[in-house]
Amino acid sequence: MSQYYPALLIAIPLLAALFISASGWLRPALCFPLALTALGGSLLVSLGLLSNVIRGIPDVYLFGGWPPPWGIYYRVDHLSALVLAVVSIVGFVNLIAARPAVEKEFPEKAAPFYTLYVLFVTGLLGMVITGDAFNLYVLLEIAAITGYALIALGKGRAPLSSLHYIFMGTIGACFYLLGVGYLYIITGSLNMEDIARLLPPLYESKVVTVAFVILMVGIWLKMGFFPLHAWLPNAYTHAPSPVSSLVAPLMTKVMVYVMIRMVLTVFTVDYAFLVLKLNDAVVWLAVIAIVAGSLLALAEKDVKRMLTFIVVAEVGYMVGGFWLGNRAGFIGAVLHLVNDALMTLCLFLAVGNIVYAKGNSQWDSLPGLFRTMPWTMGALVVGALSIIGVPPTCGFFSKWYLLLGAIQGGHYGFLAALLFSSLVSVVLFFRIFEISYFEPFGASHGPDHGEDGPAGREAPLGMLVPLWMTALGLVLLGLYTGEIVDRVIRHAVPGMML
Amino acid sequence: MEPLTSLKPLLAVLVSLGVVPILISSRSPNVREAWTFGAAGLKFLIVLSMLPAVLEGRELVCTLAQVLPGVAFRLRVDALGMLFALVASSLWITTSAYSIGYMRGLKEHGQTRYFCFFALALSATIGVAFSANLFTLYLFYEMLSFATYPLVTHHQDAKARHSGRKYLLYIVGGSIGLVLPAMVLAYHLSGTLEFSGQGFLPHSGSPILLGVLLFMFLFGFAKAAIMPVHAWLPAAMVAPTPVSALLHAVAVVKVGVFCILRVLTEVFGLDLLASLHLGTAVAYVAAFTIIAASLIALTQDELKRLLAFSTIGQLSYIVLGAALLSPKGLMGGMIHIAMHAFGKITLFFCAGAIFVATGKKNLSEMAGIGKRMPVTMAAFFIGALSIIGIPPGGGFLSKWYLVLGALEADQFPLLVVILVSSLLNAAYFMPIVYRAFFVGSRETTLPDTVSEAPIFCVAPLVVTALISLVLFFYPQPFLDLAELAVQTLIGGTGK
Amino acid sequence: MEEVLRLVVERYNYWIYITLMMIGLYALIAKNNLVKKIVGMNIFQTAVILFYVSIGVKKGATIPIIEHNYDMAHQAIRAADYVNPLPHVLMLTAIVVSVATLGVALAITIMVYHRYLTLEEDEILKQIRES
Repeated sequence: MSQYYPALLIAIPLLAALFISASGWLRPALCFPLALTALGGSLLVSLGLLSNVIRGIPDVYLFGGWPPPWGIYYRVDHLSALVLAVVSIVGFVNLIAARPAVEKEFPEKAAPFYTLYVLFVTGLLGMVITGDAFNLYVLLEIAAITGYALIALGKGRAPLSSLHYIFMGTIGACFYLLGVGYLYIITGSLNMEDIARLLPPLYESKVVTVAFVILMVGIWLKMGFFPLHAWLPNAYTHAPSPVSSLVAPLMTKVMVYVMIRMVLTVFTVDYAFLVLKLNDAVVWLAVIAIVAGSLLALAEKDVKRMLTFIVVAEVGYMVGGFWLGNRAGFIGAVLHLVNDALMTLCLFLAVGNIVYAKGNSQWDSLPGLFRTMPWTMGALVVGALSIIGVPPTCGFFSKWYLLLGAIQGGHYGFLAALLFSSLVSVVLFFRIFEISYFEPFGASHGPDHGEDGPAGREAPLGMLVPLWMTALGLVLLGLYTGEIVDRVIRHAVPGMML
Repeated sequence: MEPLTSLKPLLAVLVSLGVVPILISSRSPNVREAWTFGAAGLKFLIVLSMLPAVLEGRELVCTLAQVLPGVAFRLRVDALGMLFALVASSLWITTSAYSIGYMRGLKEHGQTRYFCFFALALSATIGVAFSANLFTLYLFYEMLSFATYPLVTHHQDAKARHSGRKYLLYIVGGSIGLVLPAMVLAYHLSGTLEFSGQGFLPHSGSPILLGVLLFMFLFGFAKAAIMPVHAWLPAAMVAPTPVSALLHAVAVVKVGVFCILRVLTEVFGLDLLASLHLGTAVAYVAAFTIIAASLIALTQDELKRLLAFSTIGQLSYIVLGAALLSPKGLMGGMIHIAMHAFGKITLFFCAGAIFVATGKKNLSEMAGIGKRMPVTMAAFFIGALSIIGIPPGGGFLSKWYLVLGALEADQFPLLVVILVSSLLNAAYFMPIVYRAFFVGSRETTLPDTVSEAPIFCVAPLVVTALISLVLFFYPQPFLDLAELAVQTLIGGTGK
Repeated sequence: MEEVLRLVVERYNYWIYITLMMIGLYALIAKNNLVKKIVGMNIFQTAVILFYVSIGVKKGATIPIIEHNYDMAHQAIRAADYVNPLPHVLMLTAIVVSVATLGVALAITIMVYHRYLTLEEDEILKQIRES
């Protein structure tokens, strides 16, 4: 059974998407349970893969039985197993929380929503697990196209933002495809490991350099790496809240994974760090991304939009950490990939609850929220503390590794940027807390604390439970950092960085 | 002796954390306050039950998780931590009683929230006291920062918001902007964060780097309110008085100096500091704070602000004592944690009692108050004696050791600082007492109806005042603990 | 100069695909009408597809279908005689992807049109600012 895990991981949700789509006509009530079952299934499979990897059992699946350089094959290693688990957990938890919002915002579109949702997760899982550069492109587009459609479900500006996202996303994907094309010209192979085997004698070739640069630009565009982030804030802000809390935590993180995978498995770290010597330049780009993302977030007066700029800054964390090119930086980047997915999920879920109750997440709708929605705000605080980097939430530990990597690499600009962004996030989040705690002035002050605060109700239990699961997950993840690094991430560190 | 593995330190931390859900869910104030008392009492008993083992010279250890290579989430009870935990947990009991009197007396809003975050803050305080390494210390330090924010801004008005901002700016700015990088740097240099009696930083590091590191810690732990990072403390006085009393005279600020003590003694180690002459540098920074804070206190009219500046000065005594690097100086600093705590909390309780009874905050309006509130003002007198360092106030002992320490370290300028500052302390406290008792009835502006505050307010302050006196005669537990702590650091005797 | 010319002539397929890409990119960036932008996007995608197709070409080669004669079974197949089929096959997928993208983009454009009753981007942005 377990040798089919890699194929099942993709097959289950892919087939389920078909059934969900069909049941949209026959029995609409079945859509949600079907989606839940499908993602639950791939969650179990991905956890099974992770435990296999930890126990040292290799998971390789050859499609059609064709051996590697010819057929497409799925291969699971420590890195991909970890990211698979993250993707399926986020997808599953967010799906639970999505239901009330879907029923409130677009009940008539529930079936397409769940179909697209499951397909999106399928695409992401496939991107992570595949060992074939072209297959990755196809899955990337599956995730992207479903993502565009999901975002366009939103109100107001959403379709326009989605259209802009399509333009930028397509350029990014085409760049990726072009890069793969150049790699194919010079090596004649599309299998990642095969390319890596064939490349070393060709390191000096200009074609490889061109392929690398084009690939990186394409990937950076898709992950919203500053200054290629312009599409991201609008698309994530105007998307319906269950979509933002799916796309924002996952899309950028998976693209970061793709970047790591490309450098690690296809081009090899020796090429990226020793032959090209781009490290310093990219880390400085990341510094700019972090600082700019944080500053841009300061200018926003809408919680959700502010979060999108935090996502931009966090992308800088991961890119910078990885390109530091040392062990601590690598661990930091991968750990942050995991942590940030959950942190962003927690924050976007909390904002989703606010939007559910108040209609939007503008600052105007914040006053009195600590009184009317204590549970949501409590989870928001936990998520914020994690972004700020307060132990024992997980955000502290990835930041710790990144800081350590910056010091070990002697890159004090990156160190300063990380601290700066942490301090800015204190300001960012406490502005929100201040408004929702102090305002409206006088409502809570005085001897008799009447119930005359602004009216409002807590979000339904179906949204609170996933939210708090995530919030507690942040703390647990923090406490188990040692285990995760020791059992999983440590094994993914390339030899050169040891 | 090898350390004992025990769950007690964890329990001591968790007791107040565990009571939070009960507090939130309890409907009636009486039930809620009964639980607070229960938790406070239980916490004190747990701490107390560890005292015999610690006095035998053993350490209690509890490892929770291995989070980073070489760094665990670990609790450890040693003599210094015990001393601090004893002070904090015993005072939580009296403060709980006082809180009930104060909050009900003023009909404050949000009392459930207040008691919850108070319990959280105490958890964090005990956590800091029992931290086995810099990481655990930082964890609880940050937890305390964020748990006290809603307490400082309890009134939820514009002034509270302003103070809250200042509080965050200094405390969180310091901890993230300075302590965090310093901690990563220390880990980079030594590969560990575990406290040890000799310090864990390698002696081979460049002196400039180590110096920078020390000052990053010194100013980063802004809770210690060493100038110029002191401004948050006077601002935080907008909080309800019990908060100012327990947190801003005992828990929060003492956590700050406690962290600095740990950094000086167990991160750097006395030998390293002595060889780099960093001790003297820290001592002079502290000395400046002592004098400057006392001078500013002289000019204050609002009682709580005066007490805040007095606290800033007194905290630096503790830092000064440790920075002298002499056994007696260290002992003086450590005992001062306890002595100042009992003295200062009495004074804050008095300020709060006066506010509850009369609604007055400023000294200029308090002339003749001693005749209306004799018990409160008598307690105030005792507390002031202790802070100034006049027998039979407990503060005399700590100052005595500090003076001896300064002599031992051959630092005559610092000796002068300690003595001058004591004079200044007297200069700002004694007029208050004098004007309270010895002004003619014509000068008093207080209405005739004023009498003592409710019993829940008065009883705690009488108790803490009495403890201040008793500590002069029976300082044994604290003295023994401090001596033990100094022994493990130096190996010599402190007496 | 001569060398540059030689480069252009020898590698003309690259120059064509780059030119097409730039045309597409120009339309994507500079055009105001959303449908024109989409056309640009499609040109951009097609350029990449053409690039792939062109790299499979070999001079004098034939389509890669092997004649199964008994006579030839023992002879080695000479790869140089056949056009590389793989890029073409890949492009089948890429064309599907590009059609799907186009479809989604056009569908969303219709949504945009229903919402703002125009497809000129500056007018849409003006409406958004005013509301």
